[in-house]
Amino acid sequence: MITFDAVTKRYPDGTVAVDRLGLEARTGEITVLVGPSGCGKTTSLRMINRMIDPSEGRILLDGAPVDTVDPPVLRRGIGYVIQQAGLFPHRKVVDNVATVPYLLGWNRKRARGRAMELLERVGLDPAMGERYPFQLSGGQQQRVGVARALAADPPVLLMDEPFSAVDPVVRTNLQDELIRLQAELNKTIVFVTHDIDEAIKLGDRVAVLRVGGKLAQVADPKTLLTEPADDFVREFLGRDRGIRRLQFVSTGGLRLRTDLTVREGADGRGDEPWLLALTAEGRAAGWLARGRPGELGPAGTFRHGRDSMRAALDAALLSPSGHAVAVDEQDKVVGVATRQALDEALTEAVHG
Amino acid sequence: MNWLVDFFGDPAHWSGPYGIPVRLLEHLEFSALALFLATLVAVPLGLLIGHTGRGHLVVVVSANLARAIPTLGVLVLFVLLLGTASIWPVIIPLVLLAVPPILVNTFEGIRGVDPELRDAAYGMGLRGGQVLGQVLVPVALPLILLGLRLSAIQVVATTTVAAYTGLGGLGRFVIDGFATQDYASVFGGSVLIVLFALVVQVGFTLVQRVTVSPGVSRRLKVRDSGATSR
Amino acid sequence: MGDGPPSLWEWIARNWDTGRAGSIRDLLSDHLLMSLVPIVAGLALALPLGLACIRWRWLYQPTAAVFNVLYALPSLPLFMLLISVTGLSPVTVIIPLIFYAMAVLIPAVVDGIRAVPEHVRQSAVAMGFTPLRRLVQVELPIAAPVVIAGLRVVAVSSISLVSVGALIGQGGLGMLFTRAYQNPFLPPVVVGIGLIVLLALVADGLLVLAQRLLTPWERARRAT
Repeated sequence: MITFDAVTKRYPDGTVAVDRLGLEARTGEITVLVGPSGCGKTTSLRMINRMIDPSEGRILLDGAPVDTVDPPVLRRGIGYVIQQAGLFPHRKVVDNVATVPYLLGWNRKRARGRAMELLERVGLDPAMGERYPFQLSGGQQQRVGVARALAADPPVLLMDEPFSAVDPVVRTNLQDELIRLQAELNKTIVFVTHDIDEAIKLGDRVAVLRVGGKLAQVADPKTLLTEPADDFVREFLGRDRGIRRLQFVSTGGLRLRTDLTVREGADGRGDEPWLLALTAEGRAAGWLARGRPGELGPAGTFRHGRDSMRAALDAALLSPSGHAVAVDEQDKVVGVATRQALDEALTEAVHG
Repeated sequence: MNWLVDFFGDPAHWSGPYGIPVRLLEHLEFSALALFLATLVAVPLGLLIGHTGRGHLVVVVSANLARAIPTLGVLVLFVLLLGTASIWPVIIPLVLLAVPPILVNTFEGIRGVDPELRDAAYGMGLRGGQVLGQVLVPVALPLILLGLRLSAIQVVATTTVAAYTGLGGLGRFVIDGFATQDYASVFGGSVLIVLFALVVQVGFTLVQRVTVSPGVSRRLKVRDSGATSR
Repeated sequence: MGDGPPSLWEWIARNWDTGRAGSIRDLLSDHLLMSLVPIVAGLALALPLGLACIRWRWLYQPTAAVFNVLYALPSLPLFMLLISVTGLSPVTVIIPLIFYAMAVLIPAVVDGIRAVPEHVRQSAVAMGFTPLRRLVQVELPIAAPVVIAGLRVVAVSSISLVSVGALIGQGGLGMLFTRAYQNPFLPPVVVGIGLIVLLALVADGLLVLAQRLLTPWERARRAT
């Protein structure tokens, strides 16, 4: 656990970057520091590995004050990922990843072996180890940056806007990858970003900082969206807070109807205005309107129990019937969430 | 092209205390000595100033001034002041004129390293000396070597001119030949000096090839990766 | 005054304008001419060559390589080899200096024009500039600071290099050095070094001034 105990950073010219920050980053969790520029989030992060020393207060790493440790020694035990990856251009990718193991005195074979293993772990072809950084794309370089930070298996990882310099598609990939990695590794991660969506996506807990380095609120993402502490946080969270909160409501409790499906090609029967046509494999073919046989409308689907209510609602809005189609991992239809069922679930989400 | 045969064909030019081998070795010795001493001073100083960022004005001013100072004048000045009892009155100005190019380029090379790189190096737990030796110097190496090459060019040229003040070396063929109107010697010596300078130039190119990481010089082609998601 | 050796200032006063060849004033004007010609001629030749290197990209690599090699050659043997062609005249000194100047200025021209942002070039094209107008009114002004930086290097080193020509009797103020060595005497050396450095500083200052006048926007940018 990382503890900020009334930490203040004041520069000689009088500006206060961080103001009596009290915060805990729990072991095995991702704690995101988020806020506008000038809120001291990067300064706070850099005080953990003593790239900057605080003016007042203490930072504890598992109860021990970091200022009692020689900075280089401290830093070798803390992974550090920065915006442009900061890879050493003169070293091959594998040697970049092995930087800290070399510093710790591992022999070359062991360090390189470990580096290769990590490249694979972050989703890179180990053959890339023999390349130089300039031969990689931005997203690949960023993955190498993460691998390098993990090389000596440090319990703590500091990430300073690591994904902000890559394009949106790559960024989404890298975020998903981080979530997957963290599920395997359970590191204590402190992650700095100015992007609130990234914070909500990645954070187990999110600390919102305001300009001048004051902590505005720290909470899990759902609480943050539901109960912002003040106007600043509310404004920083932006629009659609209500909709975005549905990301954290499970679809597991949705009541599904299984009597609204019909085999593709068969005629609509009964008095339901809409029926879902299924393919031979049991996948959704499209919506059939009563009285208009042969015309299929698009069917919006969501993974039942895995996707959030936001996805279910989205699926409903994409279907002409207004119902959302629930599918399993193989895309086979397991049922239909009607408007009524969605309505019930939403009501519950608001009150519960 | 008679003078070529006259000069290079004369066996007397190939032996003895005033022969081509001796003059060549002298030229090599004086140039190498001056370059070595200049490197000894300029590289550490450039690294220090580039790494700490203190004193860069000294570097810039010295570089500009050095370019303005006429080498022949400085050589004559030192010889008149210190006499010709040893080679040092000539070697000292050679060294002084060789320092600025190395100093400036070393300094600029270190200072020009991406600050992110420095940050990443410290952040991973490298100490100050390790950051300098393992990251800054390898990345700045092309510029440091450029400084050494420019300095070597300067030293070879100044050593030639220094023959005027009685220093040995290939310049003697030219200077003495000019004084005695022995044009075979003048042209032959000139050709030798030109060849010497070319060899030095080629030598530095080779050193650069060997010592600069392909990751810095980007000599390798950028291969597209099909292997992973981008 | 007394019978001892003359003071520095006395020596200057006596030799400033003797009415014969070799007075300080004479040497100064020789020096000025011999260093000014390479600067101007170097620029005049480097501009079209640099532009050609931009127009035909394949040309740059070999051109740069050739001038890189020329730049590495010491001046004295080049003077000597040229004597057989141009004799003992100022031209013998001027020609190698032109090559040195080109070696510095061609890359400066190429880098300077390549530094023109693509969007600026494109918008000039879009507004209907002809290639020549675009070059004169858009690209060259933007490249000016880099070219002038190269010119400063060329000016200062040309002025100091001319003095080596004294070894073939064509060295402007450099003649003071050979004179002082043959007839061991300090004042000529000191005066020679002093005037050459002064000349270099003045030339450098003039070029800085020229850059200010030619690129007023650079100063405005620095002020904000």
